[in-house]
Amino acid sequence: MAENHRAIVKLREKFADSVLDVKEFRGEITVTVKKDNIVAICTFLKDSLNYNLCSDVTAVDYLGSEPRFMMVYNLYSIPHKDRLRVKAPVEESDTVVDTVSTVWSTANWLEREIFDLFGITFTGHPDLRRILMTDDWVGHPLRKDYPLQGPDREPYQGRLS
Amino acid sequence: MGVNQPLGDNVKLTTLDSLVNWARKSSIWPMTFGLACCAIEMMATGAAKHDLDRFGIIFRASPRQSDCIIIAGTVTKKMLPIIQTVYEQMPEPKWVIAMGACACSGGIFDTYSVVQGIDEGLPVDVYIPGCPPRPEALLYGLMKLQDKIAKERNSFGSTIGLGDRLPPAVA
Repeated sequence: MAENHRAIVKLREKFADSVLDVKEFRGEITVTVKKDNIVAICTFLKDSLNYNLCSDVTAVDYLGSEPRFMMVYNLYSIPHKDRLRVKAPVEESDTVVDTVSTVWSTANWLEREIFDLFGITFTGHPDLRRILMTDDWVGHPLRKDYPLQGPDREPYQGRLS
Repeated sequence: MGVNQPLGDNVKLTTLDSLVNWARKSSIWPMTFGLACCAIEMMATGAAKHDLDRFGIIFRASPRQSDCIIIAGTVTKKMLPIIQTVYEQMPEPKWVIAMGACACSGGIFDTYSVVQGIDEGLPVDVYIPGCPPRPEALLYGLMKLQDKIAKERNSFGSTIGLGDRLPPAVA
């Protein structure tokens, strides 16, 4: 089923060595690709396959497994009324991804949010600043090894009484 | 002839401090400043049913016209400098009420981004517990603030430049 999806067929044709994995879960198609080719793939998805709405760009921290981070792009095609999820693994040693804000402008702030909370940097981003935390914040709070109560406090040990 | 009473009941003797304190406690003008769900209860307290106006409490839209700030909600570390700026813009004398669990102690938000009690940034006069406190609780807190204002010392002296306003004497 997933293999017959219009985007998967085209991606397998055009970016055969970039597609790492294709999955379907409850009708949702997810394709995992190499991060090096992400801009070319996204440009192709937008221009040729009409994925003209980038609903979300986010990241996941799989602390303890390799590769540690995963970029997630949730796309929607308004003319075709179908969705596609594109994932790209990111190594902890090289948390740099090319920006897709040149493809979808909405990715600008979403990538700033990922930079702020996960510490993944985006090459070619026009304005890579923190967006949620204060400018002088140290660390990236959504990383799983960031202490919940902040680095300057004793972690909560449970109720004493 | 007996004692002549030319002025009748029209004279009341008091101290200047008491007079100033009475004026201040009867016209607390809080800054309109809501941060989270507590602000909804604060609005309900100001509205017709609980009617803060009967205490002379009138919300003002400018810190320069206010003498009280009700911290009604969660204070994030990003918001704290803004609140401190608003507080500094208020003219003396001024009072701070921490309304609700978040403003008192951070509440359920025991996280990196939330200030664990507004008293880390402002001098708090009255703490009101609750999540959120009911309007009755806010009213009670404001009445506690009125009691505190009524007991302040050197209120008049400080206004004409003689010394500082002193907190209520510890009983």
